[in-house]
Amino acid sequence: MTTTPDTVTGTARATEYPPRRKKLRHTQGFLAFWLLLPALLAVFGVVIYPTLRTLLISFFQVDSALATSTPFVGLQNYAHVLSSPGFWAASGRTLVFTIVSTTFELVFGMVVAGLLNARFPGRWLFRTIVVIPWAVPTIVNAAMWKGIFNAQYGSLNALLTQLHLIGDYRAWLGDPNTALAMVIVADVWKMTPLVAFFLLAGLTSIPGELYEAARIDRASWPRIFRSIVLPLLVPSISIVLVLRTIDAFKVFDIIYAMTRGGPVNSTQTIAFYAYTTAFSDQSFGLGSALSYLIVLAILALTTIYLRLLRRSEMSLL
Amino acid sequence: MRIRRMNRRGALAASAVVATLALAACSVTGGAKANNPTAGSTGGGGGPVTLNALFMKQAGYSEDDIAKMITTFESQNPNIKVTPTFVAYEALHDKIVTSAPAGTYDVVLMDVIWPAEFASKGLIQDVTSRFPDSWKTDMLGGALSAAQYQGKYYGVPWGPSTKLFYANTDMLAKVGATTADVQTWDGVLTVAKKLKDQGIVQYPLAWSWSQAEALICDYAQMLGAFGGQFTDDSGKLIVNQGPGVQALEWMKKTMDDGLTNPASTTMLEDDVSKTMASGQAAMSLNWESTYRDLNDPSISQVVGKVAVMPTPTGSTGAHPGVNGSMAWAIGAKSAHSDEAFKLIEFLSSEENQDQFAVSQMPNWKASYSKPDITKTNPDVFKAAGVAYDSLISRPEVPNYTQVSQILQVEIQNALLGKKTPQQAMDDAVAQANALK
Amino acid sequence: MTKRRRRYLALVYTGVVIVSTCILAPFLWMLGASVTPQRILISRPLRWIPDHLDWSRYEQIFRGGPRSAGETFRAAMLNSLIVACATVAIAMVVGILGAYAFARLRFRFRGSVLMIFLGTYMLPQIALLIPLYLILGGVGLLDNRLGLVIVDLSLIVPFVLWIMANYFLTIPEELEDAARVDGTTRLGALWRIVLPSARPGLFAAIMFAFLLAWDEFMYALIFTSTNASKTLPVAISEFSGRYTTDFGLVAAGGVLAALPALVVAIAFQRFVVSGLGTGAVKG
Repeated sequence: MTTTPDTVTGTARATEYPPRRKKLRHTQGFLAFWLLLPALLAVFGVVIYPTLRTLLISFFQVDSALATSTPFVGLQNYAHVLSSPGFWAASGRTLVFTIVSTTFELVFGMVVAGLLNARFPGRWLFRTIVVIPWAVPTIVNAAMWKGIFNAQYGSLNALLTQLHLIGDYRAWLGDPNTALAMVIVADVWKMTPLVAFFLLAGLTSIPGELYEAARIDRASWPRIFRSIVLPLLVPSISIVLVLRTIDAFKVFDIIYAMTRGGPVNSTQTIAFYAYTTAFSDQSFGLGSALSYLIVLAILALTTIYLRLLRRSEMSLL
Repeated sequence: MRIRRMNRRGALAASAVVATLALAACSVTGGAKANNPTAGSTGGGGGPVTLNALFMKQAGYSEDDIAKMITTFESQNPNIKVTPTFVAYEALHDKIVTSAPAGTYDVVLMDVIWPAEFASKGLIQDVTSRFPDSWKTDMLGGALSAAQYQGKYYGVPWGPSTKLFYANTDMLAKVGATTADVQTWDGVLTVAKKLKDQGIVQYPLAWSWSQAEALICDYAQMLGAFGGQFTDDSGKLIVNQGPGVQALEWMKKTMDDGLTNPASTTMLEDDVSKTMASGQAAMSLNWESTYRDLNDPSISQVVGKVAVMPTPTGSTGAHPGVNGSMAWAIGAKSAHSDEAFKLIEFLSSEENQDQFAVSQMPNWKASYSKPDITKTNPDVFKAAGVAYDSLISRPEVPNYTQVSQILQVEIQNALLGKKTPQQAMDDAVAQANALK
Repeated sequence: MTKRRRRYLALVYTGVVIVSTCILAPFLWMLGASVTPQRILISRPLRWIPDHLDWSRYEQIFRGGPRSAGETFRAAMLNSLIVACATVAIAMVVGILGAYAFARLRFRFRGSVLMIFLGTYMLPQIALLIPLYLILGGVGLLDNRLGLVIVDLSLIVPFVLWIMANYFLTIPEELEDAARVDGTTRLGALWRIVLPSARPGLFAAIMFAFLLAWDEFMYALIFTSTNASKTLPVAISEFSGRYTTDFGLVAAGGVLAALPALVVAIAFQRFVVSGLGTGAVKG
């Protein structure tokens, strides 16, 4: 009997079951059902009906929270959304947000993970410090950075002018050219520790002998990084990529608390756009269609990621 | 093999569920009956009733004021208990929308720009039959419009409101100016320039031009000063013509000339008030309750130094203030509409409003000539009394929120120099007309 | 110390100092702002060190009377604590049971079910909002802590499942096999053998779950309205109106709101790395 220590997030690899195990599998299935039942209820009990209901709404024209007449419009909502410039603008912004913030988080996270992996006195203190942004709630994070970026009293303005790096106070969150960047800064500050810890988990699983061997061969650090660390970190990196991408596509809290989508919609990401379509415009049909388009986008991206992961894993064998 | 089979079965199951739901989809959104989460008895005479009321923080009555009003109301109506919820103005609209299907709130406070939307979408109750005729003559006209849509009444006015002009008399005096010099916008610019040139204040003017309804309010007053309107008689948006563009160009010029604080494009009224209060602006537009805040020693550094007056006149001699009144409405799914109306009646009554005239101007014409009342807040009464005679309304259309959004974005585009004012307004009108 | 080690340490410490500064600067500034008198906070040019400490904001929060920001804040703190602790407790129980099934048992659809659990993470909350709101309204669970716990569970259980299942997989089955040969049931083995060895995973999951629950905003925003159930993120986002005049108050609220999460995170962060049980292919 072959048992492969499979990872839970990896693809379910087919394991061969010899015939005499079939009966055992049935009783295991029975036990598994009862063990999983609470979790199934807790998650799908809450999620299934609303998910399907929203999907349903997306096929109707619903223009009020208390709509009395909701004509069936088939895919019209989707067509309307896909042809509206607001949707594409929001999608573009979300893409920018996703790529930029994820890239920075990966790069900085890698650096921090490397430092956390190093042996030095006082490491415990450093680890405690690194955890701080992760623990700060998103809304508090948003309020904090709003204060820092404040156009009239913010500390960033104070710092930059006192260091003579800029001439006068600037409206960081009020300028459409910089607002999204500032929101990204706030997001990167909070999320990098999380990424760092994930990467650290991957780093610690790299056997020390590999480093030893590399050192004996007098390999330089960049070489070690490229040939040993990076390939072995691919699974961790891909988990991070998938999670952060999904998060970025769903990003709402920080936008709501920092800029409400402004100025001039420059921070209106796709999830926030769905929110305003549904609640500010009371276009629930459109809002629901938007929500499902987001789901499809996330699904597509995740599938691409996982496929790339599978292919890169095979190249290791 | 195994996986493909699972997929097929899964797809079958999913479509079955969807089909079932489709059959049950008579009401796509409203699933629940009106269910008051903290319900007492189910309305009608007899048992105690609990009303949930949605109020606004910030401008107007403070939370303490409301608490006092509720205490008085409850003592007069022992059967009724009122549970207030306060939200910021920015969250108010969405709160009303999200709470509508479940009927959470019996009484909601709505802005003058929302009756069209809420009434046409059935979120609030028609109270025309309950509305006494005497009110229509005894209440200020500007206030009444906040509760009306297409000739019917969907609520009771909370109070008239408009933006008044605040000026720091100390700073004005330093350049030898008095309030008489800022009765017109031209005069305002002259004084502002002097203030800036003499280094008294870096940016004499502060406005609430962030991408929010506040921006439209400010724009409305400038539009009115140039003698314009938002819509023509047929209801079409005409802000890309004459006065509409002139107003925007005027606003932009004050920024280009360095008279307007560039951070204005990120400010809401509260930030403007704060800027005045810390002495970093000499003149600004703001709601009536700002006067109370600017004279509050715990918040303000300019206590006693601020004069309040109606908005300055434009070249046409017009000075309409933006109609920023609000009104009480009854939620469509409220199970206690009788008691809810009683509450609204009480809150908007003359006796009640007169007591709190410091915080919020009363609805009733009579109050403005009662010396006892006006002396509680003489300056604002004087200014408001004049201002309420001439108000400019924002478009009363069901999709106003979307129109407003479009206008906000385009006006900001112009203010931030991304488009010319004419281009921005043309684009705004085009987009607004393209809406369903 | 060898020269190599010295160079290594120098490099590391430089990195540590830079990273620590970037992390601490914003947070320490907020901490400082919470005790800086307002007139100094809004001074231009900004004076970084206040001449005296202003504790009035904390006083306001702790001793504010009825209808004050302080009262709302305290109520929100209580609500957040209750909701987060309840959610974490239930999620852990539910998640551990399910995770054991994924890790130890072979059954049909095992991979697919897990994928679907993780797939729920792909749903943006906005997609579920109105129908959830109607359901909660229908059963009277709006503005209610229990209602929040229920919806938060749907967000957090998948995470707990994933972390615990991953961790259980790293525990050799032989440990339980030995006990089960002696007649212990599977659940008994779970309780007495697997869990004690799974402490790092447990603590990592608790930490993740708590931080997620503490941070949850959208559901709390839409499903709560009064102090009966409003959580801290909602309360903080509502610090507007007359209160935005003082960023120090917002800062004080922010510090206090972050405190419990910080405590949990700092206490449990030791276990995160080992608790994540690494998703890497093992050599």
